[in-house]
Amino acid sequence: MVREGAGWRDIPRGGLILSPGNAARYVTGDWRTFRPTWHPERCIQCFLCWVYCPDAAIEVKDGKVAGVDYKHCKGCGICATECPDKAHALTMERDEGERGVEV
Amino acid sequence: MAQTETKAGRFTARGPKGRPAGRVALTGNEAVALAMRQIEPDVVAAYPITPQTDIVQYFSSFVADGRVATEFVTVESEHSAMSATVGAAAAGARAMTATSANGLALMWEVLYIAAGSRLPIVMPVVNRALSAPINIHCDHSDAMGARDSAWIQLWSEDAQEAYDNVIQAVRIAEHPDVHLPVMVCLDGFIISHALMNLEVLPDEVVKDFVGSYRPDSSLLDPERPITVGPLDLYDFYFEHKRQQAEAMRAAAPVIREVAEDYETVSGRRYGDFDAYRLEDAHTAVVVLGSAAGTARFVVDELRRDGRRVGLLKPRVFRPFPGLELADALAGLDAVAVLDRSDSFSTMGGPLFAETRAALYQRAVGRANRKDSGPSSGSGPGNGRPLPITVNFIYGLGGRDIDPGDMRAVFSRLARVVETGDTGDVVNYLGVRE
Amino acid sequence: MASLREMAAAPQLFAPGHRMCAGCGAPVVMRQVLSVAKKPVVVSCATGCLEVATTIYPYTAWRCSFIHNAFENSAATMSGVEAAYRSLKRQGKLKGEMLFLAVGGDGGTYDIGLQSLSGMLERGHRVVYLCYDNGAYMNTGIQRSSATPRGADTTTTPAGTESAGKRQPRKDLLAIVAAHHIPYAAQGSPSHWRDLTRKAEKAFEAGGPAFLNLLAPCPRGWRYDTAQTIELTRLAVETCFWPLLEIEHGRCKITYRPKQKKPLTDFLKAQGRFKHLFKDENKHLLEELQNEVDDNWKDLESRCGEPG
Repeated sequence: MVREGAGWRDIPRGGLILSPGNAARYVTGDWRTFRPTWHPERCIQCFLCWVYCPDAAIEVKDGKVAGVDYKHCKGCGICATECPDKAHALTMERDEGERGVEV
Repeated sequence: MAQTETKAGRFTARGPKGRPAGRVALTGNEAVALAMRQIEPDVVAAYPITPQTDIVQYFSSFVADGRVATEFVTVESEHSAMSATVGAAAAGARAMTATSANGLALMWEVLYIAAGSRLPIVMPVVNRALSAPINIHCDHSDAMGARDSAWIQLWSEDAQEAYDNVIQAVRIAEHPDVHLPVMVCLDGFIISHALMNLEVLPDEVVKDFVGSYRPDSSLLDPERPITVGPLDLYDFYFEHKRQQAEAMRAAAPVIREVAEDYETVSGRRYGDFDAYRLEDAHTAVVVLGSAAGTARFVVDELRRDGRRVGLLKPRVFRPFPGLELADALAGLDAVAVLDRSDSFSTMGGPLFAETRAALYQRAVGRANRKDSGPSSGSGPGNGRPLPITVNFIYGLGGRDIDPGDMRAVFSRLARVVETGDTGDVVNYLGVRE
Repeated sequence: MASLREMAAAPQLFAPGHRMCAGCGAPVVMRQVLSVAKKPVVVSCATGCLEVATTIYPYTAWRCSFIHNAFENSAATMSGVEAAYRSLKRQGKLKGEMLFLAVGGDGGTYDIGLQSLSGMLERGHRVVYLCYDNGAYMNTGIQRSSATPRGADTTTTPAGTESAGKRQPRKDLLAIVAAHHIPYAAQGSPSHWRDLTRKAEKAFEAGGPAFLNLLAPCPRGWRYDTAQTIELTRLAVETCFWPLLEIEHGRCKITYRPKQKKPLTDFLKAQGRFKHLFKDENKHLLEELQNEVDDNWKDLESRCGEPG
């Protein structure tokens, strides 16, 4: 990973990026105005939130939906819209936190 | 394709290892195509354009006859030719293409991307005038238009030099300190279509010389995925451009090293430029490409009459060997720089601008170093004023330049020296007034 | 056919932390397509939203190899990558199979990249080309492209007193692509993920050039609430504005038929870019647009035959 402020001698040539997927280290959660809350007790594990999330911010653990990655969730609300009515396991609320990140 | 078959037959150049395979008569395009066959790039993506077309055709016949393992991509434009070549090079392939004139102009956007992405692509450019008006014949406006694209440029005087340059270009481009694309320029028709007896190397000598390409990263290595061509904003773009400038600087000694190695396998010596009868000359011309042959002929002729004249023919235009070139010219009284393209700056052609800048830099550098020790101002011409420099734009759109024109240039230089009057700095040679 | 659970268990090649806008449709289609890539994949991308927002140096959202060259040459660039693969493979310098995915937005595909795409398809490279179609140049600020639907208000076809948005209908890119007689071409919508991912699987296994035209709404360009992205693509399908179809070796097939075709206005009224069409003076245009959709659907049905 290229260090911030690195000089030209210390970075790979030509803009080559050698750390695949390192965007995951970049926080986009502070873009959020509304935050989804996942209610595990209502979740039917249909994975629709996972497949429709633009930000790959639905966490999956041991083959199950396990919550929201608030470090990256931008709060678009697609997951809550697409969560089946019968489950209603994701709800949107105004994000009251600091504009910083709550993980 | 019977004709191509016959010509392809002449490309078989065999000889004992390490020895030149002997003399064969080839056109410039055939010589380049032969070099490409011997290099055997992994990928060639090319599009036909006069006068480069033969190269594509000959190479296609090598592919069709299974003489190369190259994947030949018959793209639908030069833009795609360079784009596919960039893709192939980023995928770790040794990749080549070739073009001329408007084809090079269509590639323009991607030329910068190839260089900025530091991809070691080699591309023969068969020089031809840019439109408009459309013209298929030789001038240097195409390659000169790309002179600031961070491509290394090697220029060729004849088919022999074109052949030798293409082979050397591979090693230069792929050198770890360089990693820049290389353009090998040869004059359209004058070199590309004229038959010449030249010395070619046996296939295995060329293969040995270029070696196998081992890229340090590749799109095709699933174990180590890479991202090529990111969005690079004000926080790092400048650093990447600085690297590029450094790579071009580092190319100068690499080009010399490769030329030395090449001399050991070919017996032919190449420098950054060829200084011909320059040591004791009072006046000289500086000229790129095939016109240097005409200049050489006239220099010999005038020398027989006791005139102290010489020639400087750059082979390497990017990086520009400015200081060395200025050293070589510094002792002269007057120099004419011949440009086969106009920059339309009203200040002369591109070779003239570079030459004058180099002379000025040398003079200023000497002034700045005045009291800095014994090494200051030790070059030829020390203490003498810089040569008077004049520029002749010539040969646009394939207009012939003959010995008479060249004699006129030397006469003008003699007059300039005699009278001390430079006259017009920028002149048009061989145009009807 | 993988279930969502299986897809989620596969390595995710598209990482979070990219900087596409909240609610953007493009990363949704990318994630769906990449989740069915069963071999290592190389992606090229035309200049555009997806490219800039996923590779802001020194970050990359791509866990697979990725190359961006320029705007109009994603297909040509990937042609070179695939040619390199074939060459190195033939020479025994490479082992293992790989997949090649060239990507572009509608500007980079329908417009400036059309020649490059055509060349790649005609030459027969084993590359899947994915167009994420959001119907305008969104990256530069919502200018019309040849994929912009008729009537849409964009910054270069603004609705005004003398204009009701873009005048021309969308270019039928799928037909142009199909005219290259490639093994597989399809149109999909992220709402119908099962249909989309099945098409992606077919495209990857086509053995030759394949093309996917995928609807990818842009909340800013279409002017709707970000939470409605998938719902809008569903409406696009249910109104037959965006038919789901595939053309396999020349055989055209509608892969999803709405049970009850919804009126086009359901799709249009949900978007600010069509708001002016609902003014009294433009009502006739709504009718024309509905007729256009109906005619296209009829034409499609006649090409595909009855449902079977």
